Amino acid sequence: MTDLLGNDLNLQYELLGPEIALVITAALVLFADAFRRELKIGQSAIPAISILGLVVALLLSLLWIDENKDFARLVTIDNFTTFFRVLFIAVTVVVIIGSHEYIERRVSHLGEFYSLLLLSTVGAMLMAGARDLLTAYLAIEVMSFSLYILVSLAKSDTRSGEASLKYVLLGGVASAMLLYGLSFLYGVGGSTQYTEIAAALSDGTSTLELPLLLGLALIIAGLGFKASAVPFHMWTPDAYEGAPIPITAYLSATSKAATFALLLRWFAGPLLPAIDSWQWMISVLAVLTMVIGNLVALQQSNIKRLLAYSSIGQVGFMLMAIVTISDQTGSALLLHLSGYIITNLAVFMGVIAFYNRTGREEIVAFRGLAQTNPYLALVITAGLFSLAGMPLLAGFLTKFILFQSVVSGGYTWLVVTALLASTVSLYYYLQVIRQMYMYQPEGDASRWRLSPTGYLATGAMLVGVVWVGVYAAPFYTAADRAIAPLFT
Amino acid sequence: MTENDSFAVLAVFLIPLGVSLLLMLIPSRERSLIIALTAVASLAMFAVSVYVFLSYDFGGEQFQGVKAWNYMSDVGLLGDEGIQLKVGVDGIAAAMVLLTGIVILPGTWVSWKIQDRLKDFFILLYILTAGVFGTFVMLDMFVWFLFYELALLPMYLLIGVWGSTRKEYGAMKLMMMLLAGSILIFTAIFAIYTEAGLGTFDLVDLYEVGFDEDFQKLYFPLIAIGCGILAAMFPFHSWSPDGHAAAPTAVSMLHAGVLMKLGAFGIIRLGFQMMPEGGEFWAPALVVLGITAALYGAISALRQDDLKLMTGFSSVSHMGYVILGLGTMNVIGWTGAVLQMFAHGIMTALFFLLIGAVYDQAHNRDIPNFSGMAKQMPIWTIFFVIASLASLGLPGLSGFIAEVHIFIGAFRSYPIVGGLAVLTAAITATYLLRMFAQAFFGEFNERWSGLKEITYAERAGATVLVAAILLLGLWPSPWVDRISTTIAATIPGVTL
Repeated sequence: MTDLLGNDLNLQYELLGPEIALVITAALVLFADAFRRELKIGQSAIPAISILGLVVALLLSLLWIDENKDFARLVTIDNFTTFFRVLFIAVTVVVIIGSHEYIERRVSHLGEFYSLLLLSTVGAMLMAGARDLLTAYLAIEVMSFSLYILVSLAKSDTRSGEASLKYVLLGGVASAMLLYGLSFLYGVGGSTQYTEIAAALSDGTSTLELPLLLGLALIIAGLGFKASAVPFHMWTPDAYEGAPIPITAYLSATSKAATFALLLRWFAGPLLPAIDSWQWMISVLAVLTMVIGNLVALQQSNIKRLLAYSSIGQVGFMLMAIVTISDQTGSALLLHLSGYIITNLAVFMGVIAFYNRTGREEIVAFRGLAQTNPYLALVITAGLFSLAGMPLLAGFLTKFILFQSVVSGGYTWLVVTALLASTVSLYYYLQVIRQMYMYQPEGDASRWRLSPTGYLATGAMLVGVVWVGVYAAPFYTAADRAIAPLFT
Repeated sequence: MTENDSFAVLAVFLIPLGVSLLLMLIPSRERSLIIALTAVASLAMFAVSVYVFLSYDFGGEQFQGVKAWNYMSDVGLLGDEGIQLKVGVDGIAAAMVLLTGIVILPGTWVSWKIQDRLKDFFILLYILTAGVFGTFVMLDMFVWFLFYELALLPMYLLIGVWGSTRKEYGAMKLMMMLLAGSILIFTAIFAIYTEAGLGTFDLVDLYEVGFDEDFQKLYFPLIAIGCGILAAMFPFHSWSPDGHAAAPTAVSMLHAGVLMKLGAFGIIRLGFQMMPEGGEFWAPALVVLGITAALYGAISALRQDDLKLMTGFSSVSHMGYVILGLGTMNVIGWTGAVLQMFAHGIMTALFFLLIGAVYDQAHNRDIPNFSGMAKQMPIWTIFFVIASLASLGLPGLSGFIAEVHIFIGAFRSYPIVGGLAVLTAAITATYLLRMFAQAFFGEFNERWSGLKEITYAERAGATVLVAAILLLGLWPSPWVDRISTTIAATIPGVTL
């Protein structure tokens, strides 16, 4: 088949197998939830169906390792896409396993919750795979719209509605900016295809300096919002605080990683020829993000807000890799991203388990956790130390490689700033650890245990944090192979 | 050393790491099992470190027991060799391994009387020990730094949970200052890797690169200050007395005894051995900072009432000698610096052991509050006197050997500084003798008639340390041979 311009279109639908599987699962979940009584199934069947669908999608995405194909000139299926597909599916699986109890108790509209979670995963996967501006934009919106609703689903918590409203309004503005920026880019590049924009920008004949600059500024602002880079971060703490904690975890993992997948695709692809125009913008953004994110985190007293600002700070580190973009920094970024996601999920799974028991989310509520539940305290401590970049944990190694690659890329001053910010971050992570280990528990001091799925999720993440920290070679190799198609 | 001895080198950090993992699996109510396990572990570490030290053949190659395992390579920014788990020791590292092995022995024994969360204490203590051992034996810059940081990390919890006197303040100050130092080391490591462009962190390969002189001049200070913070180099020493005062006994022992030496060791490994010309350029600065710290620490110690603070400032002063010795840029001064690292490690460990022993009973360690302790605790007093005499450099004890080397080295390069160094030794004698007169002798203060003599575990620990002090003092050649041949052969800037 060919399109209107006479280009051959490859309509191999099995290329989109994982996405299709997830959309079907999402529909099934909605259906099963609606007819739960008629079908005589329990509440736990719904997460079970979702996980089954995710596993199928995972297997389907593994079929395309080391392939490089595109679907109808809209979606590329290469190692990069596969890497992110696997990552996103894994995140969703972990979130579901670790938080289904929380969801059953504290989230309204169970069926919608799971099906939107699956749909936002589809959006994220397509963000990583898109090779066309409009496909990418639609993918962003699929992910974002699902998340707008998911944020509002916390039962009997007024903060949830407020958070969602803030997120929708600001998200809408950001999308508008992004779309406007993309229209400039279309005007300059003459196409929505990544490859053709790259060709148009690199042949040097374009005289449209100003529109390109405007377009870039708008695109960076729009994506900066999605990645919660300073100064576009204001929604993040509120949304993180108001959302159900599993969604907070999901926001900090998938939504962030998907934005970086898109950033990598765009800034290593169509926008690479214009590197002189955007490099300084991103480096300013990176510095602001890591400095302000980490400094404001110092003052937080709520664990979700603390983690929100800490994740903003982490985005600053990752933006450095975009500034010095190359295959080396790209693979370092993918490695860091995977390490960061595993670490962050470890912390969040721990916080969810804690919240299930206590219903509290202030930092002082963690007092004496080392005595009432030493295992959970260990998981959270390992996660926080890893976020701070302490050795034998994921954060040390992935940050080291990331920073080293940025220095090799010639931006030593950025890394020095990042190291300073990173030291600040240890201070506030230590505040949480201090509460757990140095104080006696308040009130009920008896020992308690997690649920089996709680142990499964936290245990898997703890193993992951240590594994990446001790032996990251497989992850690094995977990241290296994933980044290769972007730089050929 | 033979090929197979690399497994001994490997074992020095695998033992504590393995034991701390093992401890995690033991329920915390099994106190006697924990004590038995740590007893075996401490003896094993001691035995292996003695073996590593003795089997280092000072006539042979610089790095011995070298063995490398591939960790990550040919991916991203890493080349063929990439990151390796590469172990090996030179004469300096061998001496430091022995020091750690000696200090951990009494460090483990005196900790058995901790009542609160003994298991967690040992897990963290042994992670710290693994970090220290790892830093001494690793020959890959990445892994080296990983272990260096690993040694710092448990300090926060060890001081914060089990410490005393402003423990949270001390713990946080220590952590933040040491991490600020790490920023500088990080930056230098990144720059070195990029500049070398070999795609590997292998230290032995990097030593052969011969970096540009301007590069060396620029990045040597980063290493010197970054590691210098951990070595309590003036003016970055202020965490050290507070940290020592707050830390529990065994942690003070390891910390002052061994951890601070990591800093000085880092200056040698990543500083002088990597960037000899930069080191030569900045050596005068080290001399100035070293002698300032020595004088400043000694004068501050004169004014302290708290025994631990006094010892803390005394450590600053003695570590000043180490920095001074490194700055002399001659083999004698350098040998003295490394000997001083060793001698000071043992002697400070003994100090903190003894102070801890009395503090645990009296909950007080202000010198003016004590008087005539020799009557109540004669054995304790004898040990304390030996430690003090070693500290003020009495011939026949360890401190003398080290200081005399440093003084000669200093006189050769900078005669005035040599004079000041001798003056410092005199001040040291003053504050120690003042303490003698007040705390040990004179009229007995009846308030302390309830104090018991130190326990057998403490006596045994103190005996080990005193034996090491005497051995180094009376028969220094095993140390001097290993250290001075390594220095003469491998640090190009250093002259006789």
